[in-house]
Amino acid sequence: MLLRAAWRRAAVAVTAATGPKAAAPTRGLRLRVRDCAPRSAVPADTAAAPEAGPVLRPLYMDVQATTPLDPRVLDAMLPYLVNYYGNPHSRTHAYGWESEAAMERARQQVASLIGADPREIIFTSGATESNNIAIKGVARFYRSRKKHLITTQTEHKCVLDSCRSLEAEGFQVTYLPVQKSGIIDLKELEAAIQPDTSLVSIMTVNNEIGVKQPIAEIGQICSSRKVYFHTDAAQAVGKIPLDVNDMKIDLMSISGHKIYGPKGVGAVYIRRRPRVRVEALQSGGGQERGMRSGTVPTPLVVGLGAACEVAQQEMEYDHKRISKLAERLIQNIMKSLPDVVMNGDPKHHYPGCINLSFAYVEGESLLMALKDVALSSGSACTSASLEPSYVLRAIGTDEDLAHSSIRFGIGRFTTEEEVDYTVEKCIQHVKRLREMSPLWEMVQDGIDLKSIKWTQH
Amino acid sequence: MASSSRAQVLDLYRAMLRESKRFSAYNYRTYAVRRIRDAFRENKNVKDPVEIQTLVNKAKRDLGIIRRQVHIGQLYSTDKLIIENRDMPRT
Repeated sequence: MLLRAAWRRAAVAVTAATGPKAAAPTRGLRLRVRDCAPRSAVPADTAAAPEAGPVLRPLYMDVQATTPLDPRVLDAMLPYLVNYYGNPHSRTHAYGWESEAAMERARQQVASLIGADPREIIFTSGATESNNIAIKGVARFYRSRKKHLITTQTEHKCVLDSCRSLEAEGFQVTYLPVQKSGIIDLKELEAAIQPDTSLVSIMTVNNEIGVKQPIAEIGQICSSRKVYFHTDAAQAVGKIPLDVNDMKIDLMSISGHKIYGPKGVGAVYIRRRPRVRVEALQSGGGQERGMRSGTVPTPLVVGLGAACEVAQQEMEYDHKRISKLAERLIQNIMKSLPDVVMNGDPKHHYPGCINLSFAYVEGESLLMALKDVALSSGSACTSASLEPSYVLRAIGTDEDLAHSSIRFGIGRFTTEEEVDYTVEKCIQHVKRLREMSPLWEMVQDGIDLKSIKWTQH
Repeated sequence: MASSSRAQVLDLYRAMLRESKRFSAYNYRTYAVRRIRDAFRENKNVKDPVEIQTLVNKAKRDLGIIRRQVHIGQLYSTDKLIIENRDMPRT
């Protein structure tokens, strides 16, 4: 009888639960999160309706947004989450000492990946904080003599937003345009540098189109004109070889969760010889050489260090594999579908980030159709708005092609089967969507769409 | 410790592959199997016994990592990927 009462309660809960739907669009992708905690015998009030068969998870092809943790990284982190939980800034007991030793070891691992000295690495909460520290910190420190900064139009939102907030403080910022390839014009950069320029900030690898900027040449220009050079290397660290001394980089932002490390940690490299002075953003107990106060999260930085060490060992192997898979994806899509454009320079390009525009197909509808593959059109931070990506607009993509762009991400754990499945589904759905498209019909009939005068109803 | 013989290296190789196939996550499973095969193949012509011993020691540490992570993966396992259904269960 107790069971019947429970069932009746559950039935009421089910009918009540079909009330207000979630506002956020989910592409039919509401996944089941398996709760591993022991359940009580009585079904909870939010008991789900009987499930329709096994739910299968989509393939993950969005590595620019974030990456899965490498098992080696998790293995390095767990001891510091379970037993070695000391505060690394506690100087008086073994818990603090072992935690501090781990933090310094991680610092060395991060430094060795980019050719820096461990004393030049400051741990932060991620690349966004690192970018804020680098840009605002340098600008504000040299505020009395230097009031100008240079950046590009294709930077990450946090860089552009930091610059905008500095403009409100009275600084002048030049946003360099990029060429159609996505790469900046070095002559324009040289022309833009003024006597009162304190900082140039240009990202190494773009997160939306995968273009590699000529960092070594930019570093050369900046050092000859005595201007500090900051690069947001979140997508590049651990994937392409970087050396802060060879490339004359003064500040660099590193993100943990883009290199198979944990989320919520990053680092900023700040050169000591010659010393780059930075005004601290976060005040407190003076940790991290006074540049970023706050307890350093030992498990997270151990994870970041382990991720950097693994990346250093696996860089060549991963790069070769990812290049092969990227080649396979692009070739197979382009040979089966006409009117596909790859955004970004094909030569100076990181192979793991492929941005394709499918003409006469709307990007969002293609993403909805490809519900078995986790993809994105443009960056995660701008995907909430309906506007096409500002990066694509900056490289001069037509409005309609900008709306139909999809970003494919290939990472360390991506398999050939996943690439083949993605290609197959992509071709299938693009063909289907084009069949339904009146624009496609008109193009097939030979009409030039640019010559049409669209009338208003 | 005496330097590792060919038989010991092969045993280690087989043990690592066997353990890696037990990963419940598709991506980790395929990566581990592929990486182990490629790494052993790449180093198959190493002759220096000191270098061989270093590589074997690293492999033993990695075997430990794989064992622990396989276990954790099974504790927190979730649904399969869309392509695991259609795949032959080779990796």
